[in-house]
Amino acid sequence: MKEGFISRISGPVVIADAMRGSKMYDVVRVGREALAGEIIRLDGDLAVIQVYEDTNGLEIGEPVINTYQPLSVDLGPGLIASIYDGVQRPLPLLLERSGNFISRGIAVPGIDRNKKWEFSSLVKPGDAVSPGTPLGEVKEYHIRHLILVPPGISGTVKGIDSGSFSVEEPICVLHDETTISMMQKWPVRKGRPYKKKLDPTVPLITGQRIFDSLFPLTKGGTAMIPGGFGTGKTVSEQTLAKWADAQIIIYIGCGERGNEMTDVLSEFPELVDPRTGLPLIQRTILIANTSNMPVAAREASIYTGITIAEYYRDMGYDVALMADSTSRWGEALREVSGRLEEMPGEEGYPAYLATRLAAFYERAGRVVCLGSDDRVGSVTVVGAVSPPGGDFSEPITQNTLRITGTFWALDTNLAYRRHFPSVNWIKSYSLYLDSLQEWYIREIGPDWKELRDRIMYLLQKEVELQEIVQLVGPDALPESEKAILEVTRMIREDFLQQSAYSDTDSYCALDKQYWMLKTIHRYDSGITNAIGKGVSLKQVGALPLRAEIARMRELGSIEEIRALGDRIEAQLSALEVEQ
Amino acid sequence: MKVRSLMTRDFRTVNYVSGPLLFVERPVGVSFGETARVMLPDGEIRNGQVLDISRELAVVQVYEGTSGIDNSLTSVRFTGEPPTIDVSIDMLGRVFNGVGKPRDRRPEIIPEDRIDISGMPINPYARDKPSDFIQTGVSAIDALNTLVRGQKLPIFSGSGLPANKLAAQIARQSKVIGEGERFAVVFVAMGITYKEASFFMNDFERTGALERVVFFLNLADDPTIERVATPRCALSVAEYLAYAHHLHVLVILTDMTNYCEALREISTAREEVPGRRGYPGYMYTDLASIYERAGRIKGVPGSITQIPILTMPDDDITHPVPDLTGYITEGQIVLSRDLFRRGADPPIDVLPCLSRLMNLGIGPGKTREDHRNVADQVYASYAYGRDLRRLVAIVGEEALTDLDRKYLTFADLFERQFISQGDQNRSIEDTLSIGWYLLSMLPEEELKRIKLDFIKKYHPKYRKEGVSEIPQGVR
Repeated sequence: MKEGFISRISGPVVIADAMRGSKMYDVVRVGREALAGEIIRLDGDLAVIQVYEDTNGLEIGEPVINTYQPLSVDLGPGLIASIYDGVQRPLPLLLERSGNFISRGIAVPGIDRNKKWEFSSLVKPGDAVSPGTPLGEVKEYHIRHLILVPPGISGTVKGIDSGSFSVEEPICVLHDETTISMMQKWPVRKGRPYKKKLDPTVPLITGQRIFDSLFPLTKGGTAMIPGGFGTGKTVSEQTLAKWADAQIIIYIGCGERGNEMTDVLSEFPELVDPRTGLPLIQRTILIANTSNMPVAAREASIYTGITIAEYYRDMGYDVALMADSTSRWGEALREVSGRLEEMPGEEGYPAYLATRLAAFYERAGRVVCLGSDDRVGSVTVVGAVSPPGGDFSEPITQNTLRITGTFWALDTNLAYRRHFPSVNWIKSYSLYLDSLQEWYIREIGPDWKELRDRIMYLLQKEVELQEIVQLVGPDALPESEKAILEVTRMIREDFLQQSAYSDTDSYCALDKQYWMLKTIHRYDSGITNAIGKGVSLKQVGALPLRAEIARMRELGSIEEIRALGDRIEAQLSALEVEQ
Repeated sequence: MKVRSLMTRDFRTVNYVSGPLLFVERPVGVSFGETARVMLPDGEIRNGQVLDISRELAVVQVYEGTSGIDNSLTSVRFTGEPPTIDVSIDMLGRVFNGVGKPRDRRPEIIPEDRIDISGMPINPYARDKPSDFIQTGVSAIDALNTLVRGQKLPIFSGSGLPANKLAAQIARQSKVIGEGERFAVVFVAMGITYKEASFFMNDFERTGALERVVFFLNLADDPTIERVATPRCALSVAEYLAYAHHLHVLVILTDMTNYCEALREISTAREEVPGRRGYPGYMYTDLASIYERAGRIKGVPGSITQIPILTMPDDDITHPVPDLTGYITEGQIVLSRDLFRRGADPPIDVLPCLSRLMNLGIGPGKTREDHRNVADQVYASYAYGRDLRRLVAIVGEEALTDLDRKYLTFADLFERQFISQGDQNRSIEDTLSIGWYLLSMLPEEELKRIKLDFIKKYHPKYRKEGVSEIPQGVR
């Protein structure tokens, strides 16, 4: 053990002397209270350390001990339904140890070492195993938790047992006497290996109309949600965590509000996953580093999260990771960088901000996992961004934009008028449309692309028309253009708006989305034809159709929506020119 | 607590003084964050705190300012303790300065406990979900941006706007329906004028609430740097009252903009890399360490609700102070100069307002089943009416359809009768009745956001009393 001593303290940054021989990103124990920290710069005998706990009360000359281990997380059965802080300390254990307030210097294991799991083996003595080979499985809630050979180990199985084990007990011995237990450690800053990356061609269905139908995200893709305060970033992230069709959800509350995490904690055990019928918490892992918890741990929290995500990906699962908010992570980088007196880049952020962001988002992806059975798993990353003043030109938004595939821009003006989700349909985009087209046409409907294109065209057209209306008033528009405004209002109010709090509408299945879209499209075609014949918009308005379409979201079955569409067509085509 | 040597640690090695900071050389045995007593040549004692420390140098921020400090005779004694405050239930009804010393010419309190002012973060797992509806009696808040116990809901004001009046009204009228008197108010003044402070004091006195209030006053002519400690001292007292004496504490912090300016002053003196508009890059974290001290804890009866007041410089909501605040707090109440000029009282512009915890505090059993729907509908209709105003300015009212004209009238009456209420203390039923009364001016089929059942049950048209009855409070 290398022991140095503290020579300077500045907020979360501590400089230790006599540390020669340390490596970058080694974990150290700082001071008499043994606070956890990580080396982030070496300079001769000096090591610069970011400390994951409050540094008040530390004194010059206190010892600093190097563990020579990189910052790692415990991976194994027992992760699901946990709530951790930024460095994988379970919050319920912290509560037990230090009461309602988090105090310092508490070291607790990330997963329970004593709990016994029923392990059943999938290989037998004499089998050759290599990294990624499933040795056996454990049932973790409803998840089939595969115990894989860790990267870097291969050989022939000498002995393997089924039965009841704790995570540290050996379950398998190889011929070279290597023992393997159910738990492994993995350094958080290093991506876990896989065989190869695949193109994203399968959508991540979220049950949110504006996401799935207009700006879809893929399994293994990346998305960003930027928006000023109050635009609904957190609600969007939580909605995605609730309804996205992934088997595992990692939710990282990075530098956000404590009450929000409480909300998730109290809500998720009660909500039911529409696909499995089980409580949502049984597929969720929460990482909570609220804004008043130490800054450096905030920086680590997203790496902790994505490493756990990769672990489940390696078993062949689709994992979705929500990070709320990556801006707070960037600010943590900035704060530490400032204390290091590094030359600042844009707005005080360090020059390596873009590199770090890219490295994080690139850990997402759909991959063929290690092992011989070619399991396919994916990690999807959705990062919320909180641009200061809602100004998207700031560095974190801009750097994230360059590396993410789907851009869901939240709009303050939409939020002010309570149009939720307040995703701006003009600014947002999805780069996955082309690669997903085939899937949508096969699974949803052959005319999906035309429908979407038409809707986007109308919404774009609306912006132009609104400008004219602002100048000369609505009367100056011809009937056909007034009809467009009528249809786009319908798209906005009856399709794009979706309440996250509604019992019936917070999740909207993809085929329902398709038929709702189709119904509006039928209305659109019907009205265009009618006006072509010379029917006035007033006559159309006299039909009770609008109110029916407005309540379309509450309809339970596709049949009812289809029937509504038929009625619309019939009534609109029956309209005659008034003499 | 660590064992320390009993040797007094007086240092006469002050080398460099700059702004609020002084730099002490060779500070052996000094710890990060501890308090320092600075002894001036004339015997005056001031308080400070260690901000940065290395073998060569300790940086001490002096709360009372550095004027009169020299670099030969001044000595600094390090106490070995973090900054603390003595607390007691007897602090209710008393007035203290920014660091918790009595300024009402009455004796020092007899402490029941001594608390580290920086506080510790609440374990998110220990937090209890806020869910009690607080009736403030202000329609724009109760109906549309409901305040919930344990929430932090700031008021974004502009210079000259009556934020104080609103805050005093909230403090005076707030109640949880069906509960006794286990409440207290902690009032924290940071850099406000004597006049503003005495407005609050008189208001509390007039309503007889004075003995339930703890005042922390750092007025405009008091030392600036003291302001950095003031909210932390006050929140420590609030936590003590809430978690040790189980009171429901409402903390009013005014004015957070002055606090942030003090923070900037220290940051500049330390020659740190500035963030936006010269404010330090860690201001988000710093503000969070104040605002996140609101909340409730599972199994503990007390609670802390915060109403910070801040002034948006030049009414700019994107200025770093309101911006960072908005990212931390659970919503905001925004005052509008335009409404103020048109005589609305309180001049709350509901469109940019928000209460993130609203859904936890409303609905059947808490307020009323139609609350959410009515709020959504009022918002949508008012926003549309406001849009029309802009259109009218260009094309004139004649160009509007009949329906649009109704919306225009709705928006006007909404501002005059719903938002503007003067000193009235409205119950949530009254507030919702006024809402329905105004909504009933619009055609029924326009009320798309309200469930049909609720329309049948609450729409004035279907109620026995008949359409003509005007609810109480409408002027």
